[in-house]
Amino acid sequence: MSINPEQLRYSKEHEWLTAPEDGTSTVGITSHAADALGDVVFVQLPEVGATVTAGESCGELESTKSVSELYAPVSGEVTEVNQDVVDDPSLVNSAPFEGGWLFKVKVSQEGADLLTAAEYDAFIAA
Amino acid sequence: MSETPHQPPSAPPAASPRRTALDAVHRALGATMTDFAGWDMPLRYGSERDEHQAVRTRAGLFDLSHMGEITMTGPQAGQALDHALVGHLSALAVGKARYTMICAPDGGILDDLIVYRLEDERYLVVANASNAQTVLDTVAVRAAGFDAQVTDDRDAYALLAVQGPAAPGILKALTDADLDGLRYYAGLPGTVAGVPALIARTGYTGEDGFELFVAPADAEPLWKALLAAGADAGLVPCGLSCRDTLRLEAGMPLYGHELTAQVTPFDAGLGRVVKFDKPGDFVGREALTAAAARAAEVPPRKLVGLVAEGRRVPRAGFTVTDASGAVVGEVTSGAPSPTLGVPIAMAYVDAAHAAPGTEGVAVDIRGTREPYRVVALPFYQRER
Repeated sequence: MSINPEQLRYSKEHEWLTAPEDGTSTVGITSHAADALGDVVFVQLPEVGATVTAGESCGELESTKSVSELYAPVSGEVTEVNQDVVDDPSLVNSAPFEGGWLFKVKVSQEGADLLTAAEYDAFIAA
Repeated sequence: MSETPHQPPSAPPAASPRRTALDAVHRALGATMTDFAGWDMPLRYGSERDEHQAVRTRAGLFDLSHMGEITMTGPQAGQALDHALVGHLSALAVGKARYTMICAPDGGILDDLIVYRLEDERYLVVANASNAQTVLDTVAVRAAGFDAQVTDDRDAYALLAVQGPAAPGILKALTDADLDGLRYYAGLPGTVAGVPALIARTGYTGEDGFELFVAPADAEPLWKALLAAGADAGLVPCGLSCRDTLRLEAGMPLYGHELTAQVTPFDAGLGRVVKFDKPGDFVGREALTAAAARAAEVPPRKLVGLVAEGRRVPRAGFTVTDASGAVVGEVTSGAPSPTLGVPIAMAYVDAAHAAPGTEGVAVDIRGTREPYRVVALPFYQRER
């Protein structure tokens, strides 16, 4: 059974995205990505009000062994960032699909190749 | 993830990575594996920070079977090592171990080593996995004129380490060997959980602990016996990721990072390992004599500790700058420190900026100058 929630969509850069509510989606990274990173110790998120562009870097995640870029899965304006995860980056590891969400974005345009949960399952199994 | 700046020193690409005698055990435990110097090794089993803290407060169990063992035997085994290495190994007492180095004729460090004198005419040289072939080949060439034999024993040993304050208690339950009489940097043959082992009180974590050299066939039963005996004391399997943060906090150098063929032991602040007063000539003597004089006259870049004021993590190769932005050094290792709770790094820094407390030092982290505090090494020292 998939650990990737059915109702989310996924980027090939391992971000997840909720279906928009009033045009706004929540973004995080998948548990697959969090596992690959190891213990996340620092997250740098875009500022509220900033415009992010689908497929482009909008932040970074530092773990013990590496740093990884955070890519925006959609284009739009950032409306909120998760201060809890900034204060306690381990939420990315412990609850990547819930308390470890990263930011909310008012979507102006979606990325070209977002995946369904089943497609993402297949993508990470490949 | 594609970005992993902390690659180990590159080994010649092997067709497929080598697996230790404990490979199936690691996979059964769900370890995240990584290629390290041509070996498929456990990077971590769960949270690397939890593993790190286990070693600092209780105990951790490591598979270090990638390390390269070389045996030197014969009437002139000690003299051959005196010639091949920078240390005075013929003066080492049986049952003792020494941290030493092997240098190129130009004084550059080829590897750092631990040498155990097992018998009067028998030494065990332990090299880093990434350098084991170089060390083996070089020692063999340098020993050619001596009545001594060099044996490649890389496949003869598996190596397990039990590290942490609970390590002595855990091991005592499994052996009759006199562990209380076994001092730091000593080793003795014994039996652990019914398995013949060289029991060494050495490690790379900054904690008390033991390294156990055993036959590969004995590795799995020993691993399981140790985990069972240590369960109540909190012994957990630990991967190479926490080994790196443990050694970094303890200020211990890693070949390929703090130590390379481009630096001499004097450049690394480890000139004390070079024993000029030993009998006979040794490879690198002339160059190292000059390096020692140079270091005394014009202080080279100094290996220092850096502690972050922010939260972004410095990595090997990042530049260190002064208040004006001028480059004054380079990071050799960096990681978030689980013990200190902030990023730390080791860096070679110009002597003028190397004093603990120097103001204005920063690390360039992807284009942003992040303030760092210069401190003396190590970052962490256990209470004794």
